[in-house]
Amino acid sequence: MLSFPRRFRSILRPAAALAALPAMAGCNKMVVLDAAGDVARRQGDLVMISTVLMLLIIVPVMALTIVFAWRYRAANKEARYEPDWDHSTQLELVIWAAPLLIIICLGALTWVGTHLLDPYRAIGRTAPGRPVAATEKPLDIQVVALDWKWLFIYPEQGIATVNELALPTNRPVRFRISASSVMNSFYVPALAGQIYAMPGMETKLHAVLNEPGRYEGFSANYSGAGFSHMRFAVNGLDDAGFAAWARDARQSRNTLDRLAYLRLEQPSENEPHRRFASVEPGLFDAVVNMCVEPGKMCMRDMMAIDARGGLGLAGIHNTRRLSYDKFAARGSNPAPRRGAVTALCEPEAGDGAGSGLAAPVDPSPLLGAGLSRPGERRPGTSDDARRVVAFDPAPPATGKP
Amino acid sequence: MTAQPTPISPIFGRFTLDALPLHEPIIVGTFAAVAIGGLAVLALITRFKLWGWLWNEWFTSVDHKKIGIMYMVLGLVMFLRGFADAIMMRLQQVWAFNGSEGYLNAHHYDQVFTAHGVIMIFFVAMPFVTGLMNYVVPLQIGARDVSFPFLNNFSFWMTTAGAVLVMMSLFVGEFAQTGWLAYPPLSGIAYSPATGVDYYIWALQIAGVGTTLSGINLIATILKMRAPGMTLMKMPVFTWTSLCTNVLIVASFPVLTAVLTLLSLDRYVGTNFFTNDFGGSPMMYVNLIWIWGHPEVYILILPLFGVFSEVTATFSGKKLFGYTSMVYATVVITILSYVVWLHHFFTMGSGASVNSFFGITTMVISIPTGAKLFNWLFTMYRGRIRFELPMMWTVAFMLTFVVGGMTGVLLAVPPADFVLHNSLFLIAHFHNVIIGGVLFGLFAAINFWWPKAFGFRLDPFWGKISFWCWVVGFWLAFMPLYVLGLMGVTRRMRVFDDPSLQIWFAIAALGAVIIAAGIGAMLVQFGVSIWKRDQLRDTTGDPWGGRTLEWSTSSPPPEYNFAFTPVVHSLDAWYDMKTRGHERPLSGYRPIHMPRGTGTGVILSALSLVMGVGLIWYVWWLAGLAFAGILVVAIGHTFNYKRDFHIPAATVETVETGRTRALAAGA
Ligand code: HEM
Ligand SMILES: [Cu+2]
Ligand SMILES: [Cu+2]
Repeated sequence: MLSFPRRFRSILRPAAALAALPAMAGCNKMVVLDAAGDVARRQGDLVMISTVLMLLIIVPVMALTIVFAWRYRAANKEARYEPDWDHSTQLELVIWAAPLLIIICLGALTWVGTHLLDPYRAIGRTAPGRPVAATEKPLDIQVVALDWKWLFIYPEQGIATVNELALPTNRPVRFRISASSVMNSFYVPALAGQIYAMPGMETKLHAVLNEPGRYEGFSANYSGAGFSHMRFAVNGLDDAGFAAWARDARQSRNTLDRLAYLRLEQPSENEPHRRFASVEPGLFDAVVNMCVEPGKMCMRDMMAIDARGGLGLAGIHNTRRLSYDKFAARGSNPAPRRGAVTALCEPEAGDGAGSGLAAPVDPSPLLGAGLSRPGERRPGTSDDARRVVAFDPAPPATGKP
Repeated sequence: MTAQPTPISPIFGRFTLDALPLHEPIIVGTFAAVAIGGLAVLALITRFKLWGWLWNEWFTSVDHKKIGIMYMVLGLVMFLRGFADAIMMRLQQVWAFNGSEGYLNAHHYDQVFTAHGVIMIFFVAMPFVTGLMNYVVPLQIGARDVSFPFLNNFSFWMTTAGAVLVMMSLFVGEFAQTGWLAYPPLSGIAYSPATGVDYYIWALQIAGVGTTLSGINLIATILKMRAPGMTLMKMPVFTWTSLCTNVLIVASFPVLTAVLTLLSLDRYVGTNFFTNDFGGSPMMYVNLIWIWGHPEVYILILPLFGVFSEVTATFSGKKLFGYTSMVYATVVITILSYVVWLHHFFTMGSGASVNSFFGITTMVISIPTGAKLFNWLFTMYRGRIRFELPMMWTVAFMLTFVVGGMTGVLLAVPPADFVLHNSLFLIAHFHNVIIGGVLFGLFAAINFWWPKAFGFRLDPFWGKISFWCWVVGFWLAFMPLYVLGLMGVTRRMRVFDDPSLQIWFAIAALGAVIIAAGIGAMLVQFGVSIWKRDQLRDTTGDPWGGRTLEWSTSSPPPEYNFAFTPVVHSLDAWYDMKTRGHERPLSGYRPIHMPRGTGTGVILSALSLVMGVGLIWYVWWLAGLAFAGILVVAIGHTFNYKRDFHIPAATVETVETGRTRALAAGA
């Protein structure tokens, strides 16, 4: 129901443009009402339809206000004056029913539209009349909002970019979105509505771009000093163009492993486009689980442990200072030092590559009482199975800006 | 920047001379202006020996009328500050194009928009609304004061202490750079380590004590102190909307207090309620703050709905159309305002059903709101409308507010919100309802009740100039933002790339300048009216043909409001008395029991202010001492038995005879 005949659209658009006065004739356009992606387009249509629906009641109210104000002005002695008239059941019915009717229509539209355009839902069509086959796999893109730039990881292509989002046209895309430090909002008006990018959380967005060309994306949620410059270029390419672009990216001399990520994560503004020829597997999951730093416990492990009763007292000792100071680097004042929970299983020695997320050896419930304190040994327990990494006074250096 | 933690001195906490922005010319200039202005005022007060008068008659007064006026003065002063911030933003946003960074760096610009939002909501709109209710409600219900007069004075001074903290942050340290709701993790200690967020927290916490207590006070007043015969359904509409507003305050401000307490625990003692690590949940903060935040917008608008009802009925010379439906609409809005908070973050990834639910509940609120609008319309219908200033503001409100209401409902449609959330469209929407609703309503109220408070009308000439500047300026300043929002421009931006946007910001800036002229004209209006007060004098106490009890007493009302407690027989009690040929009793006066003023409120709030400063700067001994001081003074005050006095019958007689003479002279 949310795809309107072109005709209807062609009536709505000029109406919208009219509201915007003639000055906008040139290059700036109301991208929200005339997007290049099917999802944003339908959202824009919904804006227009809801507005028209509401104008049905707003315009009469405004007109009546003016008419009554003029007609019943004190100077007009012709008009009827009934100082004690203060009630009319019929009128009361009308004034409650009229808005109610509009809201019922709008509510129905809302219910349907919200479900149909739910960003978590795989899109059913790439354009009016072009349904997506059930077998067609969307292009996966992982998005990380960093301070103050955007990281895009293309797992299928094995590449990554900074502040540059290339999209093949007419192919469904599935974004998995997270952030490294504070809340941002991932928004490409030409493509689809926004969704927040939040640290330690993952949000999703399904969308499709229909027209090739260059667009803009940005953070729509204030995230600190570099926020205004947190913009990225969006490049809509046809299939061949996209393949060529990916090939090109693979030629880059940069690679994105955990160390490179931690360096990239440091606050910076106005970052130029950058491409990475390869990406360490599992990086995005580590970002979402807040455990890119070697030796830091992943949130999903923490939650699994907590779900099984937690580590009890011993857990208190299982923390360690984060050594890098991205916090201090962004603020005007150095921050007090923060801690983190250390991983129960040390990441593989060496460069920190590899999964580092080995499953617990002993699957039986972990109970705090069963754990020894760091450095303490209880007879009969194998220290390997449930080892707590001892406090490391000199954590690994991860570089500073 | 160094990574060395700032040493915390046991004496000065984290305060060092670097905290004074001596290297910022704009701030030093502002400080000089404020200091010179402030010294001039102090000198004048001293020169004219007004200190004793101020202290005895105003600061320590527990008279609800004086407290109401002090709230309005506070709101006005803070409005000038908040508006200065708005002008700074408007200037920055037209400037920062084509590679220019404008004149404010991020550190400053981000404080400016945060301070603007915080000041306008907490220290402009709230004091205005609270002051208005304080002044009008007891008079409308025929009471001599509020239920807890000392608490009222204390509440006012706590609000003022909060405002002082915000102002202080301009010159010592910094204010938050987080946006007016200070979402974590950004507002957490890791990302905002300096004093800004602490100023924010303690300003709101201290002012919040005042707001909550004044809410309790007014609920008790309305429920327990109505004149005999005034049943709930004979209560004036403004009192009804005030009741609902105060219920909302009492039910929602504790949530704000709690969520800010959790945030301060995170910041001060290292808990992890809202941090990224250790299982904290920033989204919990977002939920909690909006569970307070949405009711807050109704706290602001409901009393003004009441004002519009009183004004429309009075100036149409007619009973309010659909009183009962008006009351029910207010109650329904009050209840529904608790089930819509999620519409502020549809885009944080809730499921479609949750989003639709909250979208639809939001739209449902527009039904009672729409009913109210129709009720005002049909009050005008077959009336004799006198277009005095209060009525002009009301008509401007009706024409403006519907547009803001419409865009609000639009934002409640989740898929529409996905493309408009956090955009300038949103900014346009809420200024459309806040300026078009709350401010226009306040201006209607000020023009309406000023003669009651001071005994002379406001000058209509300057009032009209102010009116037209405001209305035209508002439309010019905010309609471009709707357009920019539809072009995908987001809020809180400091610099822009796309040069084609500049023209819209220029129009918006022009609008802001015209609003500035409107504000100037309003100040001139106040000045001219005081100057020409003898020409504008009203001796009747009822200059507009009023309908409710406040118009039955003199202007300004005597300290005791009513020599005899009125007896109410119908809605629109004063109109009813006038039509039934009510005669003012001229004898039989009795002594009147009144509450006595006290300086305890001032002292307690000053100590709270000191405690806030200690906590913000980590000066623990100071905070501890101040807290101990608060306890001692508060407990000490419970032993103060000199809390009341009687106005002798002879004094009442003198005052009332004076009024009789004035009435006769005027007739
Ligand atoms: C009188 C004329 C006013 C002007 C010209 C004005 C202008 C502005 C501007 C330019 C912004 C920033 C928009 C952006 O983020 O890019 C803003 C934000 C805001 N304004 Fe106003 N404003 C005015 C009055 C008010 C009033 C009366 C209130 C409330 C009582 C108010 C509440 C706010 C709030 C809450 C914000 C959001 C602050 C934030 O981003 O955290 N404003 N205003
Ligand atoms: Cu989340
Ligand atoms: Cu809301």
